[in-house]
Amino acid sequence: MATKTLPSWDVITKHDVFADANHDEVARLNFLTHLNVHLSANVLPGVKNAYETQVKPEFIKAQGHEPENRHQLRAAITQNHTFQMWSALRRNTMEMRQQAGRAQVLRQIEDIVAKVEHYNEGADTLKLDESIAIPENVGSVDIHCQPGCYYTEYFENDVTVAASYDLGLFVTTAGLLGALSDGGGQAVGKWLADNHPDFQPKRILDIGCTIGHNAVPLAQAFPNAEVIAVDVARPSLRYAHARAKALGVNNITFVQADAENLSQYQDESFDLITTAMFWHETSDTAMPNILKEINRLLKTGGLTLHLEQPQYQGMGVYEQFIRDWDTYYNNEPYWGPMHDLDLKDMLSKCGFNSDDLFETGVVSLVDEKIFGKREKGDAGEDYGRAPVWNAFGLWKK
Amino acid sequence: MAEIDKLNLAGTKAKGQRPYFLADKQTEQVMSITMALAMELSVARERIATLECVLEQKGVLTRDELAAFKPDADEVAKRSQETQEYLARILRIIQQDKEELMSNEPTVEEVQEKLTQGNT
Repeated sequence: MATKTLPSWDVITKHDVFADANHDEVARLNFLTHLNVHLSANVLPGVKNAYETQVKPEFIKAQGHEPENRHQLRAAITQNHTFQMWSALRRNTMEMRQQAGRAQVLRQIEDIVAKVEHYNEGADTLKLDESIAIPENVGSVDIHCQPGCYYTEYFENDVTVAASYDLGLFVTTAGLLGALSDGGGQAVGKWLADNHPDFQPKRILDIGCTIGHNAVPLAQAFPNAEVIAVDVARPSLRYAHARAKALGVNNITFVQADAENLSQYQDESFDLITTAMFWHETSDTAMPNILKEINRLLKTGGLTLHLEQPQYQGMGVYEQFIRDWDTYYNNEPYWGPMHDLDLKDMLSKCGFNSDDLFETGVVSLVDEKIFGKREKGDAGEDYGRAPVWNAFGLWKK
Repeated sequence: MAEIDKLNLAGTKAKGQRPYFLADKQTEQVMSITMALAMELSVARERIATLECVLEQKGVLTRDELAAFKPDADEVAKRSQETQEYLARILRIIQQDKEELMSNEPTVEEVQEKLTQGNT
């Protein structure tokens, strides 16, 4: 059987503030990309088999029924050797990716910071605010095992964590987010163009923007719009601003702000409010507070649209369990609780007319010339990582 | 810029207690070291491949040439194939464990019992 070959990490677009990569660094990132694909395509199916042939029959023997939910399944499978081996390999692969990216960035961090400062100096489109505290949902553990999370600074004007995040997204997703890791933002732009060609937002708010990789394609799709991209993390915003400038995008203002309180913006002052893979990094407190702010800030006739992994409701117990791996073993504590939510109920509690809620499937948009055509089952079923999203949103009537 | 310890910062842990999955912590740490070695061997193999490419193309070798070499699309595809083969090789035990769990094979003791009609 011919195996499908993967693009080299080296096809990634090296914008001006992107970390340089030498020969061995490229080789290291290529190895990790292949290892991720190997684990999901070749090792993970063994976990499913171990569940079906060992864990489930033993559970039924002891309990008289199949696991009724993913929590029962998890309690039963954690002693299974196949599960343990796959988990240990997967966790370790992520840690290797972090070290590789950080080492690559840190060896040249002085040069990267100098370039970032060149783009950021005197710009009124980067608004940092030292009074913004790191919220509990961001600061309690380093989200997805990224040492330093999005916000840690190791020295003044540091961007280490952001530069490492930028180069590593490709590795985790096997390149399926594209050469600028912007497949999500591009997909939103295309979805709007295909489905709502007359919608021309003048003011766009992107919440939890991190390095701006999804705000940039939106700003490019609506070049006459004013885009405001907010995040709590200073190093990410610094890097995001310089990155956007380096890509020739000048209509985004990056603002350090906690989206639970955006009182600096007036009611009904945005036509489009977006997030991408954001809600699972919030909390039971933060999520409704932010949704209430979105409801307040969104104009009548405006759209709020969110990319997330699909909700668990209606999903098989095993798939829920596998998707929930990141909750416990990849420092994503709110991943499971968020995907358990009844979105309609949540939106309703936050003042939206939840009857207007729509959900649609969105697939990452990447350059097929480089990455080839996506095929079903590419990179295995790497649950929770595949860039196939559930977009949900509503038009405010 | 303040002096920073780049070597240790690169490898620092993510905040939050690390879960261990295997029977004991040392076993998992041995696995972690093994996988890091596997990566470094992969990197070394790529460097040799690059060396061969450059040698083949130019007949002369300099370090700069080696560092600057960018594999072409065919070479990338070849390496992708080889990396997959390499992974399959070093993770063979996982594949074989999966195969064994999906089969219903006897142990040597069971076969011995059968072959000797229980006379051992």
